[in-house]
This record gives sequence, C-alpha cells and structure tokens, in this order.
Amino acid sequence: MTATPPLPYPNADAPSQDLIAACVHCGFCLPTCPTYAVLGVEMDSPRGRIRLMKTVWEHRLGADAPGLEDHISKCLDCRACETACPSGVEYGKLVEGARSQIVVARPRSPIERLIRAAAFEWLLPHRRALGTFATLSIAAKRLGMGSLLRATRLGVARRMADLLDLLPAHSTATRSATISARGTRRARVAMLEGCVMGSVFGETNAATARVLARNGVEVIATVDQTCCGALHAHAGERELARDLARRNIAAFEQVTADAVIVNAAGCGAAMKEYGWLLKDDPAWSARASAFAAKVKDATEFLGDLGMSERPGTLHARVTWDDPCHLLHGQKIRDQPRALLSAIPGLEVVPLAEADWCCGSAGTYNVTQPDLARSILERKVANIVRTGADTVVTANPGCLMQIQSGLRQAGHKVRVVHLMDLLDEAYRTG
Amino acid sequence: MRGLVALLGREKVLGAREDLLLYEYDGAVDTATPDAVVLPESTADVAALARFCHEHRVPIVPRGAGTGLSGGAIPVEGGVVVSFARMARILEIDVPNLRAVVQPGLINLHLSTAVAPHGLYFVPDPSSQKACTLGGNVAENSGGPHTLAYGVTTNHVTGIEIVLSDGTVLRLGGKAVEDEGYDLVGAFVGSEGTLGLVTEITVKLTPLPEDKRTVMAAFPTMDEASETVSAIIAAGIVPSAIEMMDQLATQAVEASVHAGYPLDAGGILLLEVDGPRDGLDDARARIEKICRDHLASEVRVASGALERERLWAGRKGAFAAMGRLSPDYYVQDGVIPRTRLPDILRLVKDAGVRHRLRVANVFHAGDGNLHPLILFDSRLGPDELERAKAAGLEILTACVEAGGSITGEHGVGMEKNCYMPLQFQPSDLAAMRRLKDAFDPDGLMNPGKIFPTPSRCREFAFASTAR
Repeated sequence: MTATPPLPYPNADAPSQDLIAACVHCGFCLPTCPTYAVLGVEMDSPRGRIRLMKTVWEHRLGADAPGLEDHISKCLDCRACETACPSGVEYGKLVEGARSQIVVARPRSPIERLIRAAAFEWLLPHRRALGTFATLSIAAKRLGMGSLLRATRLGVARRMADLLDLLPAHSTATRSATISARGTRRARVAMLEGCVMGSVFGETNAATARVLARNGVEVIATVDQTCCGALHAHAGERELARDLARRNIAAFEQVTADAVIVNAAGCGAAMKEYGWLLKDDPAWSARASAFAAKVKDATEFLGDLGMSERPGTLHARVTWDDPCHLLHGQKIRDQPRALLSAIPGLEVVPLAEADWCCGSAGTYNVTQPDLARSILERKVANIVRTGADTVVTANPGCLMQIQSGLRQAGHKVRVVHLMDLLDEAYRTG
Repeated sequence: MRGLVALLGREKVLGAREDLLLYEYDGAVDTATPDAVVLPESTADVAALARFCHEHRVPIVPRGAGTGLSGGAIPVEGGVVVSFARMARILEIDVPNLRAVVQPGLINLHLSTAVAPHGLYFVPDPSSQKACTLGGNVAENSGGPHTLAYGVTTNHVTGIEIVLSDGTVLRLGGKAVEDEGYDLVGAFVGSEGTLGLVTEITVKLTPLPEDKRTVMAAFPTMDEASETVSAIIAAGIVPSAIEMMDQLATQAVEASVHAGYPLDAGGILLLEVDGPRDGLDDARARIEKICRDHLASEVRVASGALERERLWAGRKGAFAAMGRLSPDYYVQDGVIPRTRLPDILRLVKDAGVRHRLRVANVFHAGDGNLHPLILFDSRLGPDELERAKAAGLEILTACVEAGGSITGEHGVGMEKNCYMPLQFQPSDLAAMRRLKDAFDPDGLMNPGKIFPTPSRCREFAFASTAR
C-alpha cells in the first residue's frame, strides 16, 4: 500500500477544491472587493484569498500560516465578488470553509476561546441570555458607559465602547405568535425570530408579521426555533452552526407552511445554505435541502407574491441600501426596490454603491475595527450625498452599523428596516 | 528587502512568503514568484525604487490589476513587482480639450464612468475593462471590441510620464497631438513595461455617440457567421464592433449572464453600429438583411440599453466565464486577414482535436483577431498545459502563414516571446533590441518579455535563428 500524503487541511470542511477550480483568476472580482479598495493588495482580494486556499492544497503553505488567517479574517464575507464573477465561483462557501480550518489548525488563546464560547455558545443560541445582555448593554450605553470606557484609553475598552455605539437606543423583544391573514388567505408562513432580531429588533419582527397579514398571509408561531447559526458559520464554527441548523430544521418541520420567512438578510442567506452545511450528514442532508428551499426573505416573498393592499402615504426622501447577504448572498435585487416604490409619497433616490458592504458583516466591526470604520465612512459619505432623510435596508447588522456611522458623523438620517417602513405606511393608510 | 523598507517604508513593501505567492500569477497561465512587491504611491516613490534597483541590478516588473493574458506582469527572472494599485487617481479632466490625466492604476471603466456626466468616454474597451488598469492598457496597447472603428490604446494616448531604469523621470508628449521629432509616446505604448515605468497618462476623451444599434445574429455554423462578416464589410458598412462566438463559448456565457444567446447556434455574431442617429436604422436594416441572406436562424436587435448591456456583458465576461467549462484555459491572440476566417477556424478546431483538448472561440471578427480558448485541466498533470501550448503554437503558425500576426492586443509577454521569430527576421528583432537598449541599457525593465531568451526558447528551432 502506498502512503498518501497527509491532507493539508485539518478536516472535511476544508474549502472545496472543485469550487476553487472554478476560479480562472481573471481579476474581475478585484474592483468589487471593499478590502481590496482600502488595502490595494492581492492578499486582500477575493482572487488572492482563493489562491491562498489553493496554495494550502498544494502544500506550499500551512493551514496554520499566520498570513492565511490574517487575510481570510480580513474578508467581510460580503460576497460582492460572487455577483461579479462570470464563472460563478461560490466564494462564500470557500471563505467559510477556510475559516473552519484556521480555527482548528491554530490553537486559540484562552481569552479568545472564552470570548468565542461566550458569544457563540452562551449568548447567541439562548434568547433569554442574549435579551438580558442586550438590555444591560443598552442601559450601560444610556448611562454614558461609552465615554467612560474611552477615557480609560485601553484598546479593549475602546472596542467595547465602539460596540456599545452600535446598539440602538432601546430594544424590544417579542416572541412569535400566530397572526391570521386579513381578507382571503393567500399563503401560510412560519417566521424566524432570530437571535438579534428577536432580542433587539423585536418590533421589526412584529411589523413584518403585520405587513404579511395585511397582504393575506397567515403567520404561524413556531416554538423551539433558535439562532440560525450564520455568525457561527462565518466565524468558522461549523459544528455549532450545524447543531443550530438541525434544531431549526426540526422545529420548522413541526409546522405546515408555504415558506419560512426571514427578515434578516444574513440569516436568510445562511439558512438557504443549510443543505451545503449538512451535506456530509446523511441523516440530515435531504431534510436540510428541503428546508432550505422553503426559506424566503420577507422582501423576496412579499415582492414575488405581490401586494394585495395598497400602503398609505409617507412623506420622506428615502434611499435603499442593499444588504450584502440579500443582494450578493441571495441575489435579491428587484423585490425590495419594488416594495419601496409601492409606498405612495416617498421620493426614492438611488444610492451610489448601494451594492457595497457597510462594514458590519456579522462580527467584522468587532474583529477588524479599523477596516470596518474605513468601509463604513465610504458608505456614510455615499448616503449623505443622496440628501435622503431616511435609509432603508433589511438586516440588523446593517441597521446598527449605518445608524452608528451616521450618528458619529453628526448626521440626523433615519435608518429603518423596510418591513418597519411598510408597517408604518399601512398604519397611516 | 531591508533596503526597500528603509527607502519606502514598511507600508509600501511586501516580502512575506504568503504575500509573494500571490504576485506570481496574472490572468494567464505562466507563474513566477517575485523577491519583493512594492506598492508606490507617487512618481517619486517609483523613481526612488528604480534608482535602488538600478544600483543593485534587480529587475523591475510593473503590474496593474493582474488581468493580463500574456504573462506581462510575471517576474520570470525574479526581482521586484511594482503594483500600481495605490496610484489610481484621476488627476485632471479637461473637458474643453477632451483630455484626462490619470495615474496608471486607474481602472479603465472608472475613467469612462467619471467622464460620462460630461458626455464623454474613453474609447478602448478591453473585455476586462471593469478590472484592468490604464497602465496595463498602455503597456499592452490594449484593444477591445470597439477597436474596429475607433483604434486601439495608442490612438487614444497623447502623453505619458515615465520613469527610466536609472530613475530618470521623463515627460513625453502632452495634451496636444505632437508631430515633430520621434513618436516616443508611440514607442512606449505597447512596450509591455520593457522600456520604463509609466507613472502618468494623458488620454483622449471622445464624445459619446448619439445613439447605438446592437444586433445579435445566430448562424447554423461558424462558416456562415464568418462569411457574413466579410459581406458586411464588403457592403461598405463600418460597424463599431463585430464579435463572434462559437457554441462552446455561448454555453459558458449563457450560464453566466443569461443574455439570451441561443444555445443551439453554431456561431453567433454581435454587431454594433453607433454615431449620429440619422442613418443608424438604415445600417441596422442592411446588416439584418445580410445576416438573413447568410442563413441566420435568428436576428435580434437590442430593444434598449438594458438588453444591449446584457448582450455585451455576455461577450465581455466570456473569458472570465470559462471556469464554468474548465479549471484552466490558454488563450491565443493571433490575427489573420478577415477573409481567411473560415479556413483558419477549421484549423483551430483540428488543432484541438489533435491535441485532445476542447477549444472555445470568442473574438473580434471584424479585426480578424482570433481568441481561441484552449481548455485544459492542470490538475491532471503538466502534460495538459504542454498540449495546450502545442495546439496554440500550431494556431499561431497558421496565423502568420496566412499573412497575420501572433498577437492582436494581449501582448507578447513571456508567453509568446519564443514565437517572435515566426513573424520577425533576426534583423527586425535586432532593431527592436536597439530601441530597448536605448532606454534600458542594463536590461532591468521587465526582462524575459517580448524578445526570445536562450534559456526558455531553446526547444523552438525557429527561435534560435533569431540570435
């Protein structure tokens, strides 16, 4: 028996060689990559990162190389490169694969292990813990903890202050409840509550359900659902992501629904990829694919279904900012724009680089604060240039990031989820 | 390495192994790892770097976006790769004089986007224009679909600032079109970084055409499509672009952009006429009739800007979509007299069959500028690339024998330098060499490009006669 060389990556979640082979290194992705725009080096471009993954397969670089971790970590995972790629390279799957290997290949420091455990195992999957944490954090923020932390001039404290900045001034938590359709029932859906959406933006969940109900959609309660696991997958914690995926699949299998509605673009993109996440688990892969096929973003579902009731008039100059995981992750572009245009009275102005990331990108503004700030400043400048008084988007990370960026730059521009704006329009109408 | 950091600062120099590994490729098939990468931010940085390299006898290889298709940015003899990614600003837009002054790292399309509000654009539109840089366009004298009517990069550059290998900064030409003396700007455009480093470019801007008509025509085979091209030119119509695509290429393109190219057609033409609105519909109708006379199964006129953009996105993304068909491709760039299209295309097909490789064709038919994309899979072993190169050489030999050339717009680079003697006499190459020596006597500027090198070209019998 001939000895086969050891695999260069630690396990089967490694970035797939077949997916890598689709890249013909043409460079079309470079001008769409926000980190390449800031740093201007090949290592921080999608093509370069794919090449790094390939050099590991070729045994030219170790999976534990510090440079590999550095450049793969700097990726926003915004997937703008996927939209730009004529060869259809599935970059999101590659970068998440690479991260899962880096986490295993290079031992984490005790502090990082603690922070990861706190975030990924204790907080995100547990609604009550996350809700309490959010309430306490917001209270701390209102008490001026931010300036206090900054005054210490410690790096860690400054980062915590930046985090507090992101939080909205108040949070609402709601649990899913059944809401019957108004008029003739056109569809019956279940809804993901989400971890952050459920504990900080609960009001948006309620608004989403009301808007759907207005349009003849019955929203049914689903118990036992949990965090979607998107942040875990982005951070390379694939086992934890798989656990959460299995719990969600089982939970939503309990109800009969035409679709599973998600109003957080990041969650929707991740849930549509449950089939890929569980592809190597024979007991779950078919169930995962079947579940994934039912997942719809709220804007996608309502846009495709068509509005049956005309919303009321709102007066504002608004602009739409594409959440990356809606546009690039789920290829949803037209439906949210159509929904926004359906609100009478709004002046909708185009946003330059609406398809660019705002720098939120899951936990990016925590892990790469400097890059996140540069990318956010670019977004804020584009928003200010539109003269809009309201920015509309559809993802909690983007909402918090853009709001914080505008506030820090001293601009009084409202940032609102499309479902909240639609709900508002229906209430006035 | 340490000297470079001391000279330019840590932020502008890369030297880690994982960094250098990522500057060993471009859009083509050849690779070589640099000893260092420098990211200058000004002409002064570039001049300082050139002086340093001159003093230490280190080769310098310029790089734009790394989209090139002849290995131009590959440091085949080692040395320093100079990435112009951080010199990407528009320095001036002079609307009344129809000029712009830009840095070499500026992306081609970004210039046209920036001047569009003034009703202007930069004409040369390589298919990679969303990503490629103007410095790279100048180096390779790049073309694009619309060169048929409007010329290539050299026809749209009036001035350059260059840094020579000893660090001397020269300004050649300017905003005015100069006639006196030698055309040194012309010598630099297309010199592939072998004469010096371009640090600033003055380009012509052109008023956007009043209107356009874009026609897609599908034919049973490439023969009818080829004959249609000649018939259109013979009829005295001068389209701004005539592009051709075969069935295999169409498959990749359709999977990528869903432009509506028919998948069952043997050959497809994409034609465009532009200019004053009067007369466009007449030209379009005549083109449509010629297509139908040549058995076109479908002739579609783009109904508006959106459909036109989709049709062009398909064509321009064609090379980049090859990943849907094959992990690797080797593209040739030979030029032939237009009338020889049918028989040379058959020869291309035969070369693929002989070497057991699929070949897709997407090219500038109006110019007779072929782009056979020879598909291979490097994972199956080095033999794959060797067979692809053998097929490529057969195709280029046929192009030269047909009265054409080995490259239309991609440049010679390190990919075709051994093939130069196919086209040029030893005395021709010696004359070119003297021009090179006048600017770069020590041979430090992008060595191993354009001219055949003894070490890499030994196996080509015809190459040895060149020296």
